[in-house]
Amino acid sequence: MSTGNDHDHNLSPWDESFDRRSALVKAGGVGAVLALGGLAGASRATAGPAQNAGKVTAFFGQFGTIAEQEAIRKTILKGFKGDVDAVFAPLGTNVFVDRVRAEAKAGKGNIDLLIGLHGDFVTFQNEGLLRGLDTVTKQITTLPAPLVKIGKLGTKTQFYVPHSQATYVMVANKDVLKYMPKGANIDALTYGQVFAWAKAIRKGTGQSRFGLPGSDTGLLHRFTQGFLIPSFTGGFVTGFRSKEAVQAWTYMRQLWQFTHPQSVTYAFMQEPLLSGEVLLAWDHVARLKTALDQRPDDLVAFPVPKGPKARAYMPVIVGLGVPKNAPNPSGANALIKHLTTLSSQAQVLSLLGFFPVVRGQLSKRLSPGLLAEAAAVRKQQKAKDAVQALLPIGLAAEGANFNKVYQDTFRRIVRNNENIQTVLKEQGDLLQAIFEKTGAPCWAPDPPSGKNPCRVK
Amino acid sequence: MTSIAEETAPVTRRKRRWEVLPYWLILPTVVYLGLFFVWPMIQSFGLALRDETGGWSFSAFRTMVDDAAFGEAMSFTFLLILVIVPIQFVLAFGMALLLNAKLRGAGIFLYIFLLPLAISDLAAGIAWSAIFTERGYLNTILEGVGVIDQPHIFLDPTSRTQQVMAVATAEIWRSTTFMMVILFAGLQAIPRDYVEAAEVFGAGFLQRVRHVIMPMLKPSIQVAILLRLIFAFEVFAVVIALTGSGATVLAAEAYKWQATNQNEHVAAAYSVVILGLSLAAAAVVLVVLRTPRERRLR
Repeated sequence: MSTGNDHDHNLSPWDESFDRRSALVKAGGVGAVLALGGLAGASRATAGPAQNAGKVTAFFGQFGTIAEQEAIRKTILKGFKGDVDAVFAPLGTNVFVDRVRAEAKAGKGNIDLLIGLHGDFVTFQNEGLLRGLDTVTKQITTLPAPLVKIGKLGTKTQFYVPHSQATYVMVANKDVLKYMPKGANIDALTYGQVFAWAKAIRKGTGQSRFGLPGSDTGLLHRFTQGFLIPSFTGGFVTGFRSKEAVQAWTYMRQLWQFTHPQSVTYAFMQEPLLSGEVLLAWDHVARLKTALDQRPDDLVAFPVPKGPKARAYMPVIVGLGVPKNAPNPSGANALIKHLTTLSSQAQVLSLLGFFPVVRGQLSKRLSPGLLAEAAAVRKQQKAKDAVQALLPIGLAAEGANFNKVYQDTFRRIVRNNENIQTVLKEQGDLLQAIFEKTGAPCWAPDPPSGKNPCRVK
Repeated sequence: MTSIAEETAPVTRRKRRWEVLPYWLILPTVVYLGLFFVWPMIQSFGLALRDETGGWSFSAFRTMVDDAAFGEAMSFTFLLILVIVPIQFVLAFGMALLLNAKLRGAGIFLYIFLLPLAISDLAAGIAWSAIFTERGYLNTILEGVGVIDQPHIFLDPTSRTQQVMAVATAEIWRSTTFMMVILFAGLQAIPRDYVEAAEVFGAGFLQRVRHVIMPMLKPSIQVAILLRLIFAFEVFAVVIALTGSGATVLAAEAYKWQATNQNEHVAAAYSVVILGLSLAAAAVVLVVLRTPRERRLR
């Protein structure tokens, strides 16, 4: 369990908050430009070492769906000279962090390479479970400096090598563009305009066709956490009970009236977008990819809306790290090199929908749908009012309970129509308890809380 | 005295050996049940009654009861049972009678009836969600034949009735055969003489069912309803596939607390509640549908 120790201070996201934030934006821009640039000669990109790297156990905290696992096993790992045992942590669990901890505790490691989120590596580093990766990082010359810096987690040592990045965008069927409010710019919508649009779609088509991924495996809680609430309140936690939060939830309750009722059964919005049940949606880029791939001419991707405080969005950075007790660290380094080649990065983009981090030219074989998605991501990152709301940091196993607070708040306010102030009061207490327990300080965009646990005001 | 004792000694020894034999025969089963059912059950009681620090406490139960989903899970579980079990019993009984009538081609019915049993509950749930979803098979067919002009939303989370109907349809389709198999076996054990005698005395079909078959089938009915009720408290995958986060049941909450929220104590508390309800339901069925010893078929 991570506690508010000295390490936290070194690693806290606000230490260089300005730097980090601008770094993230720049880095994101790089990735999207790559995606747009078309990458010729991908296959001729620097390959891994010529020698066989032996048996390398790669543990994935991301890419856990069956289709993703298959793409990784059959294509992305195929050109690697070595025997990779790819292990995937089950979706929606904390197995990724738990197993790394358990191996460290047992004193005998089986895992060589970790593929996880920025926040996972913050947790691992806090607990001293990671090996430094300075040498291998220097050997990969195509990595952009801003992202390399993020992988140092505020220290002088490289703790993870950036691998890929993603975020969430909106997608509309071109049939409903005519219902967009007059004078609205699709690349710079406001929450008010999205509401008016969803309402007009219902009036025009006779059915609510705005959709959100609200099933248990959907990412609706990320919408409330990383988009809606920070856009209205400017943060995740501090403003949880504020007037602005009440406004945000009132907005959500009203928007839900014009949201497709089956939204509670949707996990990936690409499916209802393809079937036509939903004509306007928000979701993770990787969960919209199939729809954009299959119907690039009918669908359009665009940035998330802006609230009274900001155009908040959640960036997702996937990195590669090596546990301290990895049995084959040199094999892990070889696999890191393989996964950061241009050809491997291009495969990740086209098969998994996660954008590359390395510099270089992507091939023109990219589907038009992916190019459209990349353009939306870039516009979102470059928007002047964009604010990044980072995935939870330092919550470790309590991350699930953190999500549950937002899920339960949604259930009670939006679905059960309970009094907003009462619910925010009660859920705010639960939220505060999580921070007391973990000692986790605030992370961007909440204002820094020093070494102290983040506080709900 | 001694001579009698000498004569009977080998007999009693042999008799005793015969009396002990059944216990030896059930020993493997007892060991198996002890290891894989009783021990985990004791463990889950232990988990439910401890908190994260390892001390004894009711905090897991308190968290469970205070949770936003608890009341809903409880009421939806009971609602499903009240709707599903009676309908399923009537259908299963009808299907069993149909098979037992030994009509031509009855074997084919048996195979058709058995098909859903071979499908996992999650797969069944997904198949039914493809049928019920707005752009699914059912709406396509209804629109095709002109019953409706625009797709109807069957999986509407704001309508409890529609949610229950969707889940009940899938569950009934999936597991009615299970009850039928038990009832069919029971029907075959009823000697034909009784039914024929009733027929000779002029009893019609319904009268025969009511006064001859039903009473003699009572032990099988008891087993069928008992098992079905216990399974109904464990229903889970079909509900998740058809309602998403729109409805929840006790077993689904137990799963979520274990897998998503990573709190084994609250998950165990849910499993203790499910166990308690199953036991209570079993007790009710055993008492209400009891068959006195003298009325049992031998």
